[in-house]
Amino acid sequence: MSTKVLVPSGVLGLGFSKKALEKGLKRNPDIICIDGGSTDSGPFYLGTGTTKYSEEVCKKEWRILMQARARLKIPLMIGSCGTCGTNSMVDWMFQITSQIAKDLGQNLKIIRVYCERKKDDLFNAFESNTIKPLNPVLSVSDEEIETFSNIVALAGAEVFQKAISQKGDIILVGRATDTAIISALPLLNEESNAASWHGAKIAECGAFCSTNPQSGVILLEVDKHGFTVEAMSEDAFCSPESVSAHMLYENSNPFLLYEPGGCLDVSNAEYQSINRRQVRVTGSKWLPNKEYSVKLEAAKLAGFQTIMLATIREKYYVDNVAQWAEKLEKLGTEKVISNLRLNENEFDIDVRIIGHNATLGNQEKSFPKHLTEVGILVIVTAVAQKIATEIASILNPYLLHLPLQENTELPTFSFPFSPASIDKGALYEFALNHIEILKDPLQGFDFLVNEVNYA
Amino acid sequence: MHSLGSIVEKVRSKNAGPFIITIDIFCKREPVYKKIKTKLTTKFLYKHLNVVEGSMKIYHVDNLKVVKISVDRFFTQGSRFDRDIHGAQLANLISELMVE
Repeated sequence: MSTKVLVPSGVLGLGFSKKALEKGLKRNPDIICIDGGSTDSGPFYLGTGTTKYSEEVCKKEWRILMQARARLKIPLMIGSCGTCGTNSMVDWMFQITSQIAKDLGQNLKIIRVYCERKKDDLFNAFESNTIKPLNPVLSVSDEEIETFSNIVALAGAEVFQKAISQKGDIILVGRATDTAIISALPLLNEESNAASWHGAKIAECGAFCSTNPQSGVILLEVDKHGFTVEAMSEDAFCSPESVSAHMLYENSNPFLLYEPGGCLDVSNAEYQSINRRQVRVTGSKWLPNKEYSVKLEAAKLAGFQTIMLATIREKYYVDNVAQWAEKLEKLGTEKVISNLRLNENEFDIDVRIIGHNATLGNQEKSFPKHLTEVGILVIVTAVAQKIATEIASILNPYLLHLPLQENTELPTFSFPFSPASIDKGALYEFALNHIEILKDPLQGFDFLVNEVNYA
Repeated sequence: MHSLGSIVEKVRSKNAGPFIITIDIFCKREPVYKKIKTKLTTKFLYKHLNVVEGSMKIYHVDNLKVVKISVDRFFTQGSRFDRDIHGAQLANLISELMVE
C-alpha cells in the first residue's frame, strides 16, 4: 500500500501546466495538496492580512483544482491561505470556493481552520514560559506586542489530519508549515514518518525539485519504507541531484528540518534514479520531540513611509555621488529637525544610490570607475504618514538642486514623475522568531465546518 | 586569477525564513569542491561578507559537492533598512570572490 499526493505547484497563483495536472490525475492520487503562502515576500502581507497573488489568477487555478477534485472525489487541501495565512485570508479562500462551487454546481463540505493567536494569548504564553526564542534571538517587549497587527501559529500535520478525518472535501487552513500540508495524509495512513516529511519537503515547491520548475505538477508516492517523487510534465525530469538539492532550498541546515513535533534528519538519505522522471528516496530519519511546539509569526506596525526617486546624468555628480548622497542625508536631517522640531530618532531618511550599492549596502565590494548615470532612491520613515509626507516635501528642493560645492551654479537633477514623492503607507516588520509549546497539536487552532449545496 | 563563480556550477542565495539568508555553492567537480571547502572558512567569510562573528554556519554536503553558508540577516527581511527582501542578490558577492 502507498499514499499518493498530487502537488499542482509550489503555491496557488504561480501557475501550473494543465496537461501535467491531467497526467497526475490519471495516476489516481489520494489527495491534492497545495501551498498558499510564505513569508518570502516580506512582512506587509501578514501585517495587513492580505494576499500577494492576483485574486483572478488564484480563482482561475482554484477552479481547475476544484473540478479535478470533483472528478476524482478526493480531498483538496490548501495551507497558508492568501500568502500570510491570517483568518481574513482563510475566509477569502472560503468566499472564492463558495462562488466557484455555485458556478460549477457542486455540493461540498468545506472545512476552515483558523491559525491566528490573540495578543492576550501571547502575553499569557510568555508569562507561563511556553514561548521559546529561536536563533537569531529577537527580543520582544510588552509594548512591542501591543504594536503587532497579526499573529499566526504554523499548523502541523495533525491540524490537516483532523480536517481529513472530518471528511472535508475542501480544506482551507491558515498559516501552516509547507510540509505539513503534504505530509498529513501519508502520516495518517501510517506510511513511514520520515518518508512522509522528507517527501513533503521535496514536493513542497512543486516541480522545483525537477529540471523544469515552471511546469509545476509533482506526484509524491509515500509508503512504509520511503517515497518516490515524479515530475508530471513531459519536459520535466527528476534526478537524484535535482531532488536532493531541493533539501537545501530555503532551508538553513541541509541535513535537518525542524517541524511541529519533531525533526527530519536526511544525513543518511539515499536517492536513486528509477527513470528520467522518477527518483526513489529512502534512509531518512524522523526524530520525534518530547514537547510539541509550533512556530509563531507576527508583524508589527513600524511606521509610515514616503519614497522619492531622482536620477543623475551629470558626470561630476555621478562621479562624486556617494559624497553627494551623504551631504543630502545630513542636510535633509538638519532641515527636518529645525523645521518640524522632531528628534533624530523619530524619523529616518535613507538615501540609496542605485548604480552604486543600493542592493547590498555596506557589503558591496565592486565599484567601477565610470558610471553613466545613477538613481537616488530616498526612503523616508516616520511615525505618521502626514509627517513622512511633510519630510519628503522638505527634502524635495535639495534632492532636485543640492550642489556639492558652495558658491557654484545650482544643478537640477532629473525627477521621473510629478509629484516626485509617493506615499507608501504603513511599514510592517516581522516581530517574532519563536516557538510555542502546546499541550496538544490542535491547541489554539479553530475549526469551522460548512456544507454548500449547489448541485 | 579566477572568480569563484567561473569555476563552480552555480551559486545561489535565498531567504531561509525572515532572519537567515542561505547561500548554496554547487561545485560539481571534486577538486573544485575541495578547494572551495578549504578557502571558505568562517573567519574569511566574516570579513568578506562584512557580518558579525558568530552569525554564520558553514555546511559541507559531500554527496552534492555543495558548500552551504547560512548567515543571520543584518536587517530582518523587509524591515526599514533591508535592501533585498528575498536575499537572492547576496550570492553575487560569493560568486565574485577571487579564489585562484
